[in-house]
Amino acid sequence: MPSKKRRTIRANPSASAAKARAEATSSQAIAKPLTVEALKERAKKLRRHIIAMTARAGSGHPGGSLSSAEIITALYFNFLRHDPRDPRWPDRDRFVLSKGHAAPLLYAALAETGYFPVEELLTLRKLDSRMQGHTDMTTTPGVEMSAGSLGQGLSFSIGIALAARLDRRDYRVYVLLGDGECDEGQVWEAAMAASHYKVDNLVAIVDRNQQQIDGWTYDVMDTEPLAEKWRSFGWHTIEVDGHELAQILAALDEAKQVKGRPTAIIAHTTKGKGVSFMENNPEFHGRAPTPEEAERALKELE
Amino acid sequence: MALERYTREAYGNALLQLGRENEDIVVLDADLSRSTMTRIFAMEFPHRFFDCGIAEQNMMGIAAGLAASGKTVFASTFAVFASSRCYDQVRMSIAQPRQNVKIVPSHGGITVGEDGFSHHSIEDLALMCSFPNFTVIVPADAVEAAQAVRAAANTYGPFYIRLCRPKTPLILGEDYRFIIGKAATLREGKDVTIIACGLMVARALQAAHNLIRDGIDCRVVNMSTLKPLDEDVIVKAAKETGAILTAEEHLQHGGLGSRVSQVVARYHPVPMSFLAIRDFYSPSGKPEELMERHGLTVEGIEQAVRSLISRKP
Ligand SMILES: Cc1ncc(C[n+]2csc(CCOP(=O)(O)OP(=O)(O)O)c2C)c(N)n1
Ligand SMILES: [Mg+2]
Repeated sequence: MPSKKRRTIRANPSASAAKARAEATSSQAIAKPLTVEALKERAKKLRRHIIAMTARAGSGHPGGSLSSAEIITALYFNFLRHDPRDPRWPDRDRFVLSKGHAAPLLYAALAETGYFPVEELLTLRKLDSRMQGHTDMTTTPGVEMSAGSLGQGLSFSIGIALAARLDRRDYRVYVLLGDGECDEGQVWEAAMAASHYKVDNLVAIVDRNQQQIDGWTYDVMDTEPLAEKWRSFGWHTIEVDGHELAQILAALDEAKQVKGRPTAIIAHTTKGKGVSFMENNPEFHGRAPTPEEAERALKELE
Repeated sequence: MALERYTREAYGNALLQLGRENEDIVVLDADLSRSTMTRIFAMEFPHRFFDCGIAEQNMMGIAAGLAASGKTVFASTFAVFASSRCYDQVRMSIAQPRQNVKIVPSHGGITVGEDGFSHHSIEDLALMCSFPNFTVIVPADAVEAAQAVRAAANTYGPFYIRLCRPKTPLILGEDYRFIIGKAATLREGKDVTIIACGLMVARALQAAHNLIRDGIDCRVVNMSTLKPLDEDVIVKAAKETGAILTAEEHLQHGGLGSRVSQVVARYHPVPMSFLAIRDFYSPSGKPEELMERHGLTVEGIEQAVRSLISRKP
């Protein structure tokens, strides 16, 4: 059977990595969870990377990257079962970035957890860099999905989650969507499918920063009542302050206990969070800070 | 350096004028009105502008319904989403019923640059030319963009007018007159013809100018309407210059080159070359770096012309 064969081939590099995992106590896969205070520092560090990367690139999306910093921090530094030395480990938890424009944030987390050197972050958007403008699963270690065309990540995540069921693996799948992204019909087609198939190893996190490009979501395309929509599609739905790490971690824990249906976490956030002049400023959705702005921003993030 | 302008700004301004003249003009966008510049229209006519949010397929359906009810509808987003994302919605609701919908996206081609492959629109002309009933236009500069938008508004039926992200050189004077389905010969020549569209036209003119020093006399044709194609100009070029190079910011299959070659093969076969985006997805990079990678530069055109000429019988 071809599929079985492919699994055996993949198992080879993983076998040695698994051994290493068992030996190295500092490995991410079995690392001791960080305290909330320590995580806060990590989130700040990711924010500094976002500013430095986009400023150096001269383009990119700081706003939506900054708003998800705590969500990504909670996942990568505390929650995901993953092994940066073995990005293709078959039993890893998957994180899918559906709002692919937040690539700088994901790259920062991947670099800080050891998927590739931190120095590489500053090559963002440069020709032939592994730090593509939007995520590219063929280029960057640790990136699970090519994104950038919004609305497609949830469907993809269902596929990964169903494969776990078929392969009898116990990994879990986490996917991050934008709230503007929830305008796309495909998101709701996927929402329906996930609950129809009782995909309970799947958690969708919506970055509810209330902004998209043309303005506030309630002006451009009102998605309220958002939590009720997810509930009515059969999802266990939790609302949290998306900048409160303890709340995010509690929600992720809660999701693990839910059986027979997927979980949605609506994370209320502020776009541009952490940099005073970027917060709720639509200009910084898709514009990089100038060198002077970057300097001011980095000062605020010290 | 020639003056440079945004074709998308010309579009926004043309919409504003059209909106003032015609109450039946309605404009839709999908959360990109700053980039597509439909916002220029939206500010003056908020009640005739509908932001559909990030839901391009839905936008095309709404556009079709408005058109079926007598409106002249413009719908904008990025080219990659306008074409591939909505293919069946456009096919069913706009192309076959011949609705009066003008799809006018910005960010065609790879000059989108750093955003990467998800935002590069390299298949859109093939997709849009594949629809029966559609008129497909790629304006060469801001002057032509404004005129093409006006012509589309005044001509019943579905249109796709592809605009781009960067400013492009102004090459057509204010006395230029765009006619749907008519190519403009911008430079006469007898050794070879370069048929180009979009921002490759300015590069073709520059290359033709440079090739004089090699004693090569290039004709340059601006084939801004890809569908319906101006077959007469192509056949004339084949007969009179005996070799044709096409140049486009699009994949080598399904766009300008493919379409021109069908006409040449059918009526008057001559040696041809095709300068186009090569058959792979480009990474992030500066627009010019990506154009260079595919040889879509003035030098690239010169080289292609020289090797094409050597193949002339
Ligand atoms: C299908 C598609 N349409 C349009 C875009 C252009 N676009 C990029 S980001 C964005 C706004 C996203 O808003 P949201 O999902 O709320 O993200 P966030 O606020 O977290 O940045 C848009 C419209 C896109 N990338 N994909
Ligand atoms: Mg948002």
